[in-house]
Amino acid sequence: MSSIALSLLDIEGEEIKCFEAEDYQTRVAKWCSGCGDFGALNAVKRLLAKEQLQPEKMAFVSGIGCSSRFPHYVNAYGFHGIHGRALPIATGLKLARPELDVFVVMGDGDCTSIGAGHWIHATRYNANMTALLLDNNIYGLTKNQTSPTTPIGYASNTSPRGSVLPALDPLQATLGVSNASFVAQTADWIPAHLYATLQAAYEHPGFSFVRILQRCPKFTPDVFLDNVKNPDLTELLIHENGVDVPSLEQLYKSRRVHDPKNIDDARALAQRTDMLRLGVFFRDDNFPVYEEVRAVQPVSADEKVVRLNQEFDRYGV
Amino acid sequence: MTDNKIKVTEVPEHTVEIVTNSGEGAQKCAQLFGQTCAKMGNGVWTVEIIPAEIEPPSRHVTSTSGNIIRFGTEKVTNWGDQSKLVVAFNEQVLLSRHRLHSMQDDCIILLESMWADHEEELIREEYAAAMEEMSSKNYRFVMVPIEEETAKIVDNPQIGKNMFALGILAEIYQRDVSIIERQIAHIFRHKAAKITEVNIELVHHGQAWARENLDFQFNIESVQAEEERVVMNGNQAAALGAIAAGMEICAMYPITPATSVSHELSDIFESYGGMVHQAEDEIAAAGVALGASYGGKVALTVTSGPGLALKSEFLGLAIMVEIPLVVLDVQRGGPSTGLPTKVEQSDLLAALYGQPGDAPRVVIAPRTIEDCFHSMITARRIAETFRCVVIVLTDANLATGVQQFTRPDFDVRWQGEPIDASPVPEGLRPYDWDLETGMSRRIIPGTPGGQHTVTGLAHDEESRVSYDPWSNELGQRMRSRKLAVFQSTLMPPPVYGDEEGDLLVVGWGSTQGAIEEAVDRARAEGRKVSTCQLTFLSPFEPGLKAIFSKFRKVITVEINYSDNVGDPYITEETRRYGQLCWLLRAHTLIDIENWTSVPGQPLRPNDIYNSIIEHIEAIDKGPST
Repeated sequence: MSSIALSLLDIEGEEIKCFEAEDYQTRVAKWCSGCGDFGALNAVKRLLAKEQLQPEKMAFVSGIGCSSRFPHYVNAYGFHGIHGRALPIATGLKLARPELDVFVVMGDGDCTSIGAGHWIHATRYNANMTALLLDNNIYGLTKNQTSPTTPIGYASNTSPRGSVLPALDPLQATLGVSNASFVAQTADWIPAHLYATLQAAYEHPGFSFVRILQRCPKFTPDVFLDNVKNPDLTELLIHENGVDVPSLEQLYKSRRVHDPKNIDDARALAQRTDMLRLGVFFRDDNFPVYEEVRAVQPVSADEKVVRLNQEFDRYGV
Repeated sequence: MTDNKIKVTEVPEHTVEIVTNSGEGAQKCAQLFGQTCAKMGNGVWTVEIIPAEIEPPSRHVTSTSGNIIRFGTEKVTNWGDQSKLVVAFNEQVLLSRHRLHSMQDDCIILLESMWADHEEELIREEYAAAMEEMSSKNYRFVMVPIEEETAKIVDNPQIGKNMFALGILAEIYQRDVSIIERQIAHIFRHKAAKITEVNIELVHHGQAWARENLDFQFNIESVQAEEERVVMNGNQAAALGAIAAGMEICAMYPITPATSVSHELSDIFESYGGMVHQAEDEIAAAGVALGASYGGKVALTVTSGPGLALKSEFLGLAIMVEIPLVVLDVQRGGPSTGLPTKVEQSDLLAALYGQPGDAPRVVIAPRTIEDCFHSMITARRIAETFRCVVIVLTDANLATGVQQFTRPDFDVRWQGEPIDASPVPEGLRPYDWDLETGMSRRIIPGTPGGQHTVTGLAHDEESRVSYDPWSNELGQRMRSRKLAVFQSTLMPPPVYGDEEGDLLVVGWGSTQGAIEEAVDRARAEGRKVSTCQLTFLSPFEPGLKAIFSKFRKVITVEINYSDNVGDPYITEETRRYGQLCWLLRAHTLIDIENWTSVPGQPLRPNDIYNSIIEHIEAIDKGPST
């Protein structure tokens, strides 16, 4: 998303309202302590403050699940919809109001299971919005059921002897969709990387898909434990057109320069399972953006009547 | 043969059928003929006969494509009873119509003559068998060398014989050929001039052939209407109505028979500042429409039965968050994929109750093609005024039927007022319901000071998720209250016929014309029968019980399924009623009967008439027990 905070221009000489990160929080979030959703919320609030976005000029759209409560906690317009269907609502909103900044917040069940069809097509529409997949590898709100991203062998209430299928990889899936224009992965336990990734996603003009890896403290407390404990198991993809956080160099020794314009490399890296990779896998700012290619000139009510009368001449008897 | 031997019969109306293989141009021929009749001032109603497949096997009873045109001196409100004249390109498609009892006993049939002595033995056998089967009727066959004559004008007679047939019809019914010529020129305006010329030549050739070879004509007087009129089908009317209502986004997914609404809109909507979004599925279509409406646009989604089923969760959400949404459901036969191209009125209960939870919404059913236009304007106004979902229930009969109506006098006010985007005053809550009416201000994104999150969860006035008992009670009461407030703005429906009598026939939607014609016929014989056609199904128009109670018996007539008492296991206790009948019995506590039928085609006045007589005679006999 392009960053425009023109509304802050003090044309009339009125007092300039400066938003701090906490100005974007409405109420205390009701997530469990230790939930990865807090990290995402904090990073988003930082981003909004950095961009000085007007609360009334942005909308957060979500589906159903723990993470889909997100809009309730942000000082913005919000649409907490139905399970799996955040993306169609966001697409409709963006078509209607292209000037609004639209963020979509989905969980792994929401996006990659019940809403999978919309995920593929929203990627292809490439409407200018930032889509966050808060992926904790489990259904949390419904109390511990296997999701498409649950690791094989991981036990849950619906797979008590362990999930039987390989986990679905949202990055590979998204990178396979025509017109996908921004695909990134980050993790809630590296706040600086999470924030930098959101910043890049927001700046991208098109559909920015960001998978945020996080644990569920109740049901998947250990899914990323190895990575959290041992930074050597993680490789950061760095590039000037992607994400590069110098402050992480000390801790994360494994770094790879990856030009996010290269789709073949992006797909190859997404496919490899030797390390966990974080960063911008793919980004191209020049792909067709749906609300732009569908933009129509407004027509006044009076002009519509004139044209309707002409149209009805065709049907005259 | 010379002109003076031609016998001209004066008739008040006629019903003509054109039946062909799919792809042989029956629709175009019929559309031109119907439009010509309309332009000459005749009342017209046309019905399409279309298979669901694009090009099914030719010369087969299941692949009939065709069109029925009923036209007369007076206004025509339905497809009538049986056909009086048929043009058939082969005997198999004709046989399909015979088996459906579509043609009256003395129907004139103009049949392609090439099959009787065809070089293929199988075809000759099929022909002989079909003619034998049809010999049970007194049809008057006139053999016409359709392809042979067409080949005199064009190289490939397969393409073009429909225009030759049109010429024959033009001659038989003495149509104004200059109107046909202008229409042909319009249809082919983007093609080479030669195409127009050849098509017109074919029409002239058909006329000449008929003059030379036929000894009959029919004369149907036509009177040019005082007011300006237009002619179109119901889907075109709905599409244009959506534009006239100021709608801006139509989100849809292809489904028969609703799709042609989006064809019409795709063609012209952008020049009105609007757009059609073809979504990835029916659910997304509802979601995009809802999202656009949330953003302040006036949004529409268009579908048919299976799509309505898929959209139901989103409709519940729209009702819960009180975001206006207009849904056009062009009903077809169900359940499941059912009869994709054919009419039924069986989505009524699904439209009213098709999702879990209490989800009050407005349901309206256009009765005529003109109504399809105006209903969209009404729907928009109701949806926005009451922040609610409005479902418009048309059907395949209205969607593809063609009729003329008074040209609308467009009013800019139909396009509504801009939404109040002024800063939200301190203290005003997102659902600051007027406790009397359930109404509240609609606040759209971008409005300063109005930030809030709408939610499909139970919520309080501040739109906060709330599970407490009083919030849930209040929210449900407020959403329901709006329907009652809306109902208070409605008038009781008019009764067609006397306001009291033996029998009242209640219908809804597209059956109005056929029901009124049947009632007219019975009243002409002195029967005390009236009818009342409902437009509002949720909420009902007021005063129904008072209207019904002035009749000894009330029945509904509907195109949906109901059990017949006396069938195996079917008793007064087990029987299932027609859908409107269920609703009206519950609504009025009157012992309403029904006569329903699911033939996959519009009801015929004569069948309704027979049912009327049966019910009246049953009243006079009294209870059978």
